[in-house]
Amino acid sequence: MKLLTTPRMDRCIGCHSCSLACARLVHKQLSWSHAGIRIHSSGGLSTGFVSQVCLGCDPAPCAAPCPTGALSQRRGGGVVVRARQCIRCGQCAPACPVDAISQDHDGNVYICIHCGRCVEFCPHNCLQFEEIDPMQRSLNHD
Amino acid sequence: MTDQLRVLAVDLDSGQSRVEEFDERDRVVGGSGLAAYLFTRYGVFDKPWDHPAQPLILAIGPLTGRFPLMSKTVCGFRSPYHDQYTESHAGGRSALALFFAGFDALVITGRAAGLSCLSIGSRHVTIRDGSFMKGMNVSATGKLIRRMFPKSSGHRSILRIGPAGETGSAMACVNADSYRHFGRLGGGAVMGVKNLKGIVINGDSGRPVAAGREYRDLYRTVYERVTSTDMMRKYYHLGTAVNLQGLNDIRSLPWCNLQKTSDPAISAITGEVFADQTLLRNGACSGCPVGCIHLGFFRDKFKEDARYLYHQVPYDYEPIFAAGTMLGVANCFDVLRILEEMERVGVDAMSAGVALAWATEATERGLISEKQTVVRLRFGDQHCYQQAAGYLGTGYNDFYRLLAGGTLKAAAVYGGSDFGCVLGQEMAGYATGPVFFAAQSLGFRHSHLDTGAYSWEQKHSEKDVQKAVDFLLADEPGRVFLTSMVACLFARSVYTDDVLAECLAACGFPSLAGDIDEASERIRALRWQVRFATGFKPDHVEIPKRFYAVETIRGPVDGSYLEQLKAEYGRRLSAFAKPPVFE
Repeated sequence: MKLLTTPRMDRCIGCHSCSLACARLVHKQLSWSHAGIRIHSSGGLSTGFVSQVCLGCDPAPCAAPCPTGALSQRRGGGVVVRARQCIRCGQCAPACPVDAISQDHDGNVYICIHCGRCVEFCPHNCLQFEEIDPMQRSLNHD
Repeated sequence: MTDQLRVLAVDLDSGQSRVEEFDERDRVVGGSGLAAYLFTRYGVFDKPWDHPAQPLILAIGPLTGRFPLMSKTVCGFRSPYHDQYTESHAGGRSALALFFAGFDALVITGRAAGLSCLSIGSRHVTIRDGSFMKGMNVSATGKLIRRMFPKSSGHRSILRIGPAGETGSAMACVNADSYRHFGRLGGGAVMGVKNLKGIVINGDSGRPVAAGREYRDLYRTVYERVTSTDMMRKYYHLGTAVNLQGLNDIRSLPWCNLQKTSDPAISAITGEVFADQTLLRNGACSGCPVGCIHLGFFRDKFKEDARYLYHQVPYDYEPIFAAGTMLGVANCFDVLRILEEMERVGVDAMSAGVALAWATEATERGLISEKQTVVRLRFGDQHCYQQAAGYLGTGYNDFYRLLAGGTLKAAAVYGGSDFGCVLGQEMAGYATGPVFFAAQSLGFRHSHLDTGAYSWEQKHSEKDVQKAVDFLLADEPGRVFLTSMVACLFARSVYTDDVLAECLAACGFPSLAGDIDEASERIRALRWQVRFATGFKPDHVEIPKRFYAVETIRGPVDGSYLEQLKAEYGRRLSAFAKPPVFE
């Protein structure tokens, strides 16, 4: 299974095009926060940018506390999301060790589903979507 | 899509806020049109700029956040520079932040009891004490505000002022997210009058996306056009700094207070030199994949041995002209050092550089001395300009406080109005000739972006007053419509009227899509009506003699032609002098 990684974040210019693409194409919204990948400055704009995105854990600690099975382990890392099963309890968000799950004011959760649709909207090729072994996956997160 | 305009109105007198809705989308569109409209609703026409009731308006447009490069915000206010209505535009994050906070505009009236910070979002309006930031520089203010409001990092905009804004300088800018600015005509002083040190806009919510494939496909088409072709290369490659060499080559680059328009020293501060020696990285406004922000760096040795500090400073053509060639400074790192000081105190670089250029020539002519300027001003001396920028921004003494009101105000006291390089406000860096001089003098924002005058002048050698003024008037409405969207004007080659119509239709604004020509004219007229109603008189704008004495692309300036252009442009603009239609 392919995974989204962020190997070249040192090229990021902070345009948010990836987040906007995820929100627009996956979550059918206009937003830079209701998205599976979110971009932040790493301590003020003078220090560059970091991505907040699922690292593709296997096993995924966010899936364990889900009471309805809305999140389940994805083969190759990360989770499969069944939105209709989600009761917006929010237990998955604090379970993520890297704060990659966001919640909106109504309790809806946003997590990367490793679909890769954001990749083509990055103007500087910061993102990558490919089959990747676990060691390289860790190296690929910048 | 709803046609209603949703406005958050914050009253700092009472600390109360209201959400107001207006059914005027099709009439005023957004951005420039919306800001002018809101001034008719909230502005006080018979009170001066510093009356607490005057509004500070931030407005975005119907395509903000919906398409690439729709990334700017219009700031409308009554200016301390000329006490008339004006606009200033900035990129950064504020446009998307306001959009994702759920508002089309933010209107701030009143005056807080003490220096304060305002934070807004989709579910909160908070006013917090900021008295401990009194006199604080722009950089330190940003750092503190980030600590005061730790939520929404990356998805918020932080607008703030430095000491220039607090002291009421007509050259005070509003810093937007560290590297962009609502620069011109003193918006920072309007925040200062309101006791507002900072504004945090949290874009903490989402908006519905247009249903169907049409919008998504059109987004992709526009995105590919701006990223996969060379259309935007000149902006992200060397950036606007590339113009330094070109304008110097055609004798249109102001040097040493416009005493000359070309100099061989240009070779040390071209766009290539800045990129090769100082460029640290690029940045982008939110929602713009072009990334035209150029961040240069300089480093200084602060101790013996290898002990260095470094600073990052944004650069563009205009700041380099103002802190470089206009001051005779021809070293790229020295230019960045001067700009850094201007950034810290929160003055508009263009205005400050041109004002200090006048002060330098006034010093050379013996009209002023260190008694006024504190430090001896000499063209080419970076150190004196670093200090003087600080004095100007903090209002160090009577002279600098006077100069901060505008070059010609200081010249009225000390003499030297003939060589004050002021065209409505301190000049932009285009000494292309009479058409540009007349255009900036009478343009709505006194900006080089009001019309394409400097570009037109490079292509037309004929002295045809009617033809030139016809161009200025014909070029304005399209730009006004773009700044009502609110598009970055770098995108004007991408967003033709046809493309804009498609975008508006795809986002659920079909009536706007079919009304671009009429809406453009309507908004142009509304803006001018508000401007005239706050005191604009074209006949009162004077063009100093320096502009008649300079050599430009077409050789010596034809004074008679310049006077005819100004008279005719002013006469034609006066046709807009009617009471605002929404009063």
